[in-house]
Amino acid sequence: MRGADDTTTFQFDGEPIAFRAGQSVGAALIAAGRLSWRTTRVGERPRGIFCGIGVCFDCLVVVDGRPNQRACLTPALAGMTISTQSGTGWTP
Amino acid sequence: MSRVVVVGAGIVGAACAYYAARAEWDVVVIERDQVASGTTSRGEGNLLVSDKGAGPELDLMRLSRRLWLELADELGRDELELDEKGGLVVASMPDSLAALTEFAEGQRSAGVVAQPVEDLRSLEPQLAPGLAGGVFYPEDLQVQPVLATQALLAAAIARGAELRCGTEVLGFTSGGGGDRPIGRPLRLRLGDGSTIDADAVVNAAGPWGSLLGDAFAAPVPVLPRRGFVLVTAPVGPRVRHKVYAADYVANVSSGDAGLQTSCVVEGTRGGTILIGASRERVGFDDTLDPLVVRRLAAQACALFPFLREVPLMRTYRGFRPYCPDHLPVIGPDRRVPGLVHAVGHEGAGIGLAPATGHLVTAMISGALRSRRDPRSPDVLDGVDARAFAPERFASAVTS
Amino acid sequence: MTADVLIIGAGPAGLACAATVLAGGLAVELVDAGHGPGGQYWRHPAPGSPPDSAPGGGTPPGPLRLPRGLRGRGGHPASDDLHHDLGTYRALVARLEEGVAVGRAVTRFGHDVWSLTRDGDGWVAASHDRGAGTERRSRGRVAVIATGAHDVALPFPGWDLPGVFTAGALQALLKGNGVVAGRRVLIAGTGPFLLPVATGLARYGAQVVGIHEAGDPRDWAAHAPAVAQNAGKVWEGLTYAAGLARHRVPVHPRSMVVAARGAGRVQSVTVAGVSETGEPVAGSERDIEVDALGVGWGFSPVIDLAVTVGCRTSMSWSGPVVEVDDDQRASVPRLFVAGETTGVGGATLALREGELAAHRILADLGRPPVSTEARLLRLRVDRSRHKAFAAAMADAHPIPAGWASTLVSETVVCRCEEVPYAAVRRAVVEEGAGDVRQVKQLTRAGMGWCQGRVCEPACRGLVRSLGARSVAEQPGQVRSKGGRGDAPTERLVALPIPLGALADGEVVERSAM
Ligand SMILES: Cc1cc2nc3c(=O)[nH]c(=O)nc-3n(C[C@H](O)[C@H](O)[C@H](O)COP(=O)(O)OP(=O)(O)OC[C@H]3O[C@@H](n4cnc5c(N)ncnc54)[C@H](O)[C@@H]3O)c2cc1C
Ligand SMILES: Cc1cc2nc3c(=O)[nH]c(=O)nc-3n(C[C@H](O)[C@H](O)[C@H](O)COP(=O)(O)OP(=O)(O)OC[C@H]3O[C@@H](n4cnc5c(N)ncnc54)[C@H](O)[C@@H]3O)c2cc1C
Ligand code: FES
Repeated sequence: MRGADDTTTFQFDGEPIAFRAGQSVGAALIAAGRLSWRTTRVGERPRGIFCGIGVCFDCLVVVDGRPNQRACLTPALAGMTISTQSGTGWTP
Repeated sequence: MSRVVVVGAGIVGAACAYYAARAEWDVVVIERDQVASGTTSRGEGNLLVSDKGAGPELDLMRLSRRLWLELADELGRDELELDEKGGLVVASMPDSLAALTEFAEGQRSAGVVAQPVEDLRSLEPQLAPGLAGGVFYPEDLQVQPVLATQALLAAAIARGAELRCGTEVLGFTSGGGGDRPIGRPLRLRLGDGSTIDADAVVNAAGPWGSLLGDAFAAPVPVLPRRGFVLVTAPVGPRVRHKVYAADYVANVSSGDAGLQTSCVVEGTRGGTILIGASRERVGFDDTLDPLVVRRLAAQACALFPFLREVPLMRTYRGFRPYCPDHLPVIGPDRRVPGLVHAVGHEGAGIGLAPATGHLVTAMISGALRSRRDPRSPDVLDGVDARAFAPERFASAVTS
Repeated sequence: MTADVLIIGAGPAGLACAATVLAGGLAVELVDAGHGPGGQYWRHPAPGSPPDSAPGGGTPPGPLRLPRGLRGRGGHPASDDLHHDLGTYRALVARLEEGVAVGRAVTRFGHDVWSLTRDGDGWVAASHDRGAGTERRSRGRVAVIATGAHDVALPFPGWDLPGVFTAGALQALLKGNGVVAGRRVLIAGTGPFLLPVATGLARYGAQVVGIHEAGDPRDWAAHAPAVAQNAGKVWEGLTYAAGLARHRVPVHPRSMVVAARGAGRVQSVTVAGVSETGEPVAGSERDIEVDALGVGWGFSPVIDLAVTVGCRTSMSWSGPVVEVDDDQRASVPRLFVAGETTGVGGATLALREGELAAHRILADLGRPPVSTEARLLRLRVDRSRHKAFAAAMADAHPIPAGWASTLVSETVVCRCEEVPYAAVRRAVVEEGAGDVRQVKQLTRAGMGWCQGRVCEPACRGLVRSLGARSVAEQPGQVRSKGGRGDAPTERLVALPIPLGALADGEVVERSAM
């Protein structure tokens, strides 16, 4: 089924994002023109990829309900649900 | 003006300096490394009455608690990050709940507020279901140890105290020994080759207090007891109190050298969760032990299942200054008039620091004013100071 | 199972070491956080990428299109033409795969090693298998740390806007994902690494509006011998220069970024000239419109595992590095360190170090040598040549002394904990913090997710520059002296791991006892 839309997109905040196999979630979001997918917990400032290699933890995102995943290291898989993370990613 | 030299700029040295400066002594703090670079920066800052059974340490802690609240007014609550958090001790099984209930009754008769809790999850919604019950201690507090040390020293300096970091106290060259009456100063030898004269010297060298005692030919039996603390990634205010399992109390008072873990879980202002702390006697061995980390993690997850998904971000370890009878050594040393010990607070040095500084200052002041050999006063502010006197190790001491 | 050799890091250094000890008949376990071998230098898209798997054969939607040229051919899609020395890479990987096939090599990719500790006479690395969400232990009689380096980043107003990247991030997005992260990109910072980043982006369709190099490449002349001995490097540099010329990428020496601006993402950057003393020249500022900015100030070695086990370290121009002897042995027994972890010097140096470590390991474990004395000699000579070249480059590309003069009170210094410059300044100037550890304890800078890896170079620099002032101005401060200065930061947990994985690890441990 490779090549069909549903196997090569994931959902980001309800919208489909196309990706090529082998790309990370963060790279696919950037390729789709999204530069940020997280807001910080103090200043609520937008963040996305900074170091690109798993060191800075700026690119944290919610992957299939699990917060705090590094988008730059998470391989994009068809059918994933990715959502913007606000603050710590946990509710009190 | 008589000079008081405090050796060590941990929380205990800082509190001694603060109260001595307030009593208008000429205070010099000498620290070989940096402020709060020792055990003080490796602990958690719990000020617990909950883990202490009725007895002299609880009395000392209750005095200290009053002093911490006074200090918060004087130095600023935020400067200390003082938080009146309250502690919740939980028992997973009916038999441990029975033991906990009995322990709490003893504490209540000593004046501690200890409230039985049946619906644990109304106090701590994230707790695992099915725990037998617990006791809530509203008087348990918390400070940030490094900030508190910093604030105490800043206040001491504002009252004229002097701080010298990067200088080690090696021992003394003259004075001391025998029946020398106080008033003839001790001349201390410092690592940079200089000397300093002191009418009174406070040993606040924490886990290295026994080394300093040896250097003064006044040994005190202080041993290091290693502890690891885990810090998670930030999760926000999901744990509201200090929460720990009832067997923690048994571990604290155990003399066993082997590894003991029973976790204390709490949230911090920064949003992280702190999980402390293991206890084991392995000298000053500072290598990482993943086994300890895994055990603490497992215990914390058992109390708070949501922690399973939360990453461990860092861990740090320190060496509690530990005495065989689990009580600190506070008071003048008869073998070296002028030398006063303030060491051996084990896992409660942050909590006990103000009361220690207060007692030490009262002892020094009494002695210096009357120009006589200082002796431990029997009872000070409701605390029986004899329990902490260095003489209690007399058999070891006289040999 | 206990392997003969446990290797952490599958970059050039780790791969070269693995291939050589395998050739000598030893068993290897190789652990790496990445999804496959190659490290930073030979970064590739995740395995399993079919040659052409873009949706419907087209390119993804959105303004930043995947350049067609990046859709790959053959085994390693996407980025072959971005790589140098792919022949070496393929040979090393083939040796590793052979080892796996005959059961002498085990590879663990996607595993974040959080701790390395002694295990009897040998070593055990505990890692987080990110895919499975579990903890795994890998054992070896000898361990090799080859954890590489990461970009050095320095704060400036606006550096935390989305669209501001490290130079390495732009490279990783391109090499590893085939993504060009902007249409108008400005590259800044210092060092030869900026050149391949700029040419790569330009080749794949970005308009690189300029390289703003704080140093002056003419300073290379001062290091003629070290440069001349490295013809390969010079040739590589010339290739990039030609590439830059072809794509009309202007290079501005003695120029740096002083601010980035934009609403919710970077939209423009301000650049300024750099004076002889390393200060931005007042009045020389110029705004340039961009949609991405890449800044690189060189690399900082990843030494955490080595520090935790007590290896001796020293301060180098690239930050703290692990000290090793002529055979890449660290100061603790049965532990070797190779690649950027011992000092930043590029992929070729990393390869040589990995191979030299392997030779010593073979000898230590009683295996006959796999190469001639002549080759060993050549490896050693090569190693010193590359070290000399790296030192010369570092000398010619210093971080400008006045980098911090761009900071304003609100500029975030620690991105994780959002600690502003004002707080760090207060800690150093008013409270007398004498080292990064004290800054951390007073301000929380460095206490967050990244454990200070990103802000540490900045904090170190600020302690130095502000500290000099503070001693003069605040004689009565609480921390008048002391400070551990250059002692490396201890990170007992090298990478985060969920508590649940650790908790289950404890069960495994207990049932094994
Ligand atoms: C894991 C862990 C958790 C803990 N949790 C808590 C808690 O929640 N609550 C609590 O109350 N307590 C806690 N503690 C205990 C607490 O940290 C200690 O009891 C307390 O910090 C002791 O303070 P101190 O000033 O005596 O020693 P230190 O902080 O160790 O200070 C001694 C200082 O003396 C200096 N020094 C030593 N020798 C010399 C010399 N010859 N010359 C000059 N300077 C010298 C040292 O450099 C050091 O700075 C914990 C401890 C650990 C290890
Ligand atoms: C983002 C980035 C991009 C770069 N791109 C280039 C380039 O295009 N061209 C160039 O000449 N140089 C590049 N470099 C420079 C590069 O550092 C080296 O020249 C070369 O890759 C060094 O090889 P190494 O083997 O020492 O380390 P690396 O190649 O960095 O390999 C280290 C490996 O260790 C792994 N690792 C680290 N810590 C852990 C841990 N705790 N657990 C598990 N695994 C771990 C990493 O995942 C990595 O794969 C880049 C550097 C960075 C940071
Ligand atoms: S971008 Fe730095 S960790 Fe992902």
